[in-house]
Amino acid sequence: MTYTFDFSFLAEYWPQLLKGLVQTAQLSLLSIIFGFLLGTLLAIGRTAQSKLLRRICAIYVEAIRNTPLLVQMFMIYFGLASVGFKLSAEFCAVLAIVINVSSYTCEIMRAGIESVRKGQREASDCLGLTWLQSLFLVVLPPATERVYPALVSQFILIMLATSLVSQISAEELTSTAARIDSMTFRSFEIYTVVALIYIGLAFVFRLGFWALSRLVFPRLRRLGTPL
Amino acid sequence: MSPIVKLNNVSKSFGSLHVLQGVSFDVAAGSVVAIIGRSGSGKSTALRCINGLEKINSGEITVCNHHLHHDVTRAQLRALHLDVGIVFQSYNLFPHLTVGQNIMLAPRWVRKQSKSEAHEHAAEVLRKVGLAEKFDAYPEQLSGGQQQRVAIARSLAMEPKLMLFDEVTSALDPELTGEVLKVMESLARDGMTMVLVTHEMAFAKGVADKIVFMHQGRVWEEGGGEMLSAPQTPELRQFVGNGL
Amino acid sequence: MLTTFQMQALLTAAVWTAGLSLIAFVLGGAVGLLIAVMRVSANRVLRGIAFTYIQIVQGTPLLVMMMLAFFGLSILGFDLTPFAAASFAMVIYSSAYFGEIWRGGILAVPKTQWEAAECLALHPVQRFWLVIIPQGLRISTPPTVGFMVQIVKNTSLASVIGVAELTYTSKLINNSTFQPFIIFSVVAVLYFCMCYPLAWWSRKLEDKLNVAHR
Ligand SMILES: Nc1ncnc2c1ncn2[C@@H]1O[C@H](COP(=O)(O)OP(=O)(O)O)[C@@H](O)[C@H]1O
Ligand SMILES: [Mg+2]
Repeated sequence: MTYTFDFSFLAEYWPQLLKGLVQTAQLSLLSIIFGFLLGTLLAIGRTAQSKLLRRICAIYVEAIRNTPLLVQMFMIYFGLASVGFKLSAEFCAVLAIVINVSSYTCEIMRAGIESVRKGQREASDCLGLTWLQSLFLVVLPPATERVYPALVSQFILIMLATSLVSQISAEELTSTAARIDSMTFRSFEIYTVVALIYIGLAFVFRLGFWALSRLVFPRLRRLGTPL
Repeated sequence: MSPIVKLNNVSKSFGSLHVLQGVSFDVAAGSVVAIIGRSGSGKSTALRCINGLEKINSGEITVCNHHLHHDVTRAQLRALHLDVGIVFQSYNLFPHLTVGQNIMLAPRWVRKQSKSEAHEHAAEVLRKVGLAEKFDAYPEQLSGGQQQRVAIARSLAMEPKLMLFDEVTSALDPELTGEVLKVMESLARDGMTMVLVTHEMAFAKGVADKIVFMHQGRVWEEGGGEMLSAPQTPELRQFVGNGL
Repeated sequence: MLTTFQMQALLTAAVWTAGLSLIAFVLGGAVGLLIAVMRVSANRVLRGIAFTYIQIVQGTPLLVMMMLAFFGLSILGFDLTPFAAASFAMVIYSSAYFGEIWRGGILAVPKTQWEAAECLALHPVQRFWLVIIPQGLRISTPPTVGFMVQIVKNTSLASVIGVAELTYTSKLINNSTFQPFIIFSVVAVLYFCMCYPLAWWSRKLEDKLNVAHR
């Protein structure tokens, strides 16, 4: 093997990589927050009384989960442009990822909601809570706590999947890598560095979500045992 | 004085299964009514109909001046639930909330009490069921009997005019049953109107002003405590024979 | 609408997508089994290696792995086609996830089975491979089939290094016709036809397993 590795480009380009890292983190958090909210709404629809509503939510979820994110992204980015909507690549990226996360969140949250026994709902009804109050005070908190580990795994996958937005030339870590590559031709080195950054970011996200769980689930903080 | 609960010819079926077939009985204000009968005779269903958890097919139920019939609305049910408390066999405490939070939840969100007001009131009902020191515990840290007493306290905090109990001691070991029955006895002494489904015959006889024996979805026999010592029907005789 | 020629191109591309998925499944499955066994082995070094491998692969975007495979293999002196590089990346990627899924399955084999196996007068290695592994894999069939959906969808990332699979081909066609909604919808439907049956099958398997456990 005669190849000599050369990481000297880092001296000049690290600020750009840092910026890409921040963009990836922002893109991920934005998508996770809105994807979680939309997905929870869908899960509520998926467990609703109305059969029609359940059906519509199920079709949405199946359609999204059985097609690639990259194709969804192309459809939104190139598709919306072709009918005259001039939207930024970043906006389309977030839109596509939010739609994607929402369908996975929906299935996870549905499992959580179904794990809450019927008696819980009856008890809160009998205490005079409204449907909405029962949902937000009695059903969703334990549902979310129970499926939290699955949600976190999904959120980490989504953080990694934000790298796809480089394919519609939105700005983030992977597109930054591609740009540096085109200027330095140190392809393997730059992608190795970027891979390490993603591994680090995944670790930081895990840590962050762990900390968040202690913050939002007081019972977990006190007892430390799964619900 | 007019009765606080009045069932008039109530029928209820699940599909083709006729669970209640023309049930009628009254509950006078301040009295304790015990519903007894074999498993599957429709006791729980009757109780659940009283606070609207099951919709009835025909007949009429009047509970604290709320009229229930086959097409009762959500709003009517909510109004009913403000007057009627229920305690279930399986406690149904909210596992993500502490004992105190379980009790304060409805007073705060439904009665719109202030935090300090709800807190004070919760501490008071907890004292009443003998669990004052468990305010900050989580349900899973309590024994079954303690959880059931918290469930009673949670209902009491809403200051209901009527309390329903559905076999609240059936899931408990004998030594834990006593502590729950004691709480119910003291409630009865305080003049709370109660309807309870129970298998504790001695308790029913001792506390209830009226006993309703259900059989095959009908009120088979009803009367005072002495009815258990002198059954009129062979069904009750057999039931009491097995039970005592 | 699409011409016959474009439709044919898409169907050919679909074959590449299916082929890449199959390679990822078979070879990734083989490596994944090795990883799973290392993860549950008594040897701490093996366990550590497998753990690190999984952490690294599951922390790296597949797109970046595609790039690393594409450029890295050529540095190593292999003059490979994009398809081979993509296959390599897919195998690494799927092996880590299979390793994790099957580790769970192996650990879920009831303790009584391990004890029963001891009475069979089998060599410990035979015991493990003939009694425990098959049961562990059976327990994990639903998530395994479910992960195959991810494999099929993720082969779309091979397009970034120029493998002429479905996504790449659809982009080419879109560049010349500029009817993105039509072309990408057709491609989405093609993916759906490959993925949905797997998703459905996975759910059926899970229901069956749940019933058996009750
Ligand atoms: N939600 C329901 N759907 C169908 N059947 C029910 C339902 N609830 C109760 N039943 C049936 O109604 C009958 C009476 O039940 P229940 O009122 O619970 O009896 P009890 O409390 O006296 O044991 C039983 O045969 C039971 O299986
Ligand atoms: Mg019952």
